[in-house]
Amino acid sequence: MTDTNKPQRPVFRNINITDIRTYRLPPAGIVSILHRISGAGMFLMMPFIIWMFDNSLTSEVSFERFALAVSNPLVKLICLGLIWAYLHHFVAGVRHLWMDATHSVTKEQGRSSAIVTFAVSLPLTVILGAKLFGLF
Amino acid sequence: MSKNYGSKRIVVGAHYGLRDWLSQRVTAVLMALFTLILLAQVLFGGPLGYDRWAGIFSAQWMKVLTFVTILALLQHVWVGIRDIWMDYIKPVGLRLALHVFSIVWLVGCAGWAVQVLWRL
Repeated sequence: MTDTNKPQRPVFRNINITDIRTYRLPPAGIVSILHRISGAGMFLMMPFIIWMFDNSLTSEVSFERFALAVSNPLVKLICLGLIWAYLHHFVAGVRHLWMDATHSVTKEQGRSSAIVTFAVSLPLTVILGAKLFGLF
Repeated sequence: MSKNYGSKRIVVGAHYGLRDWLSQRVTAVLMALFTLILLAQVLFGGPLGYDRWAGIFSAQWMKVLTFVTILALLQHVWVGIRDIWMDYIKPVGLRLALHVFSIVWLVGCAGWAVQVLWRL
């Protein structure tokens, strides 16, 4: 059989960075990439998190320093980002464990559990964010 | 595996199979439990100031639990971040450099957190 007789097979490649704007992800895909982004974000913010852990615990003087830093709106915004990252990563992680434990890996289950993930993590982020900014 | 020695040797790859997959899940469960236990102590017990906050972490059982959670976090983040580098960074030298950076970053952070915890 020569090359000329070969049927044209479709070629699937990994998506390229340039495809990002036009590539539509299903909800499960959005949960997945945000799981990764939230994890990477918390990894990079680790020194800041431990700085807060350090100053809030070490002494009353350092606690005041911590409280002063966190009263800055810009720092609050960073904290809000971390709260979202933690909540999304947490809920998406529980989703993984649930899928592993119950073999809930069909397309429809992936879609509905992804929507549940957002339905839990986003309102919790709003509530904790409102608390953080002193709205209640 | 055809040739995994000499210039074809895989320098930085995953430990394919159960081990990393399972350790990431076990550490995740530990951290989730820690979160719930800490949350319960924060929510119940009156207004939260320095005394009560530091008091939570000064209990010996909480110190041990927090210590274990820090180690679990270390392992969990290592697997996760290494997966990211392996997915997106193909040149082996750059990937190795990023792996080394991640280990230094993580071990440094874990050491700092343990120091804070244990001098309390």
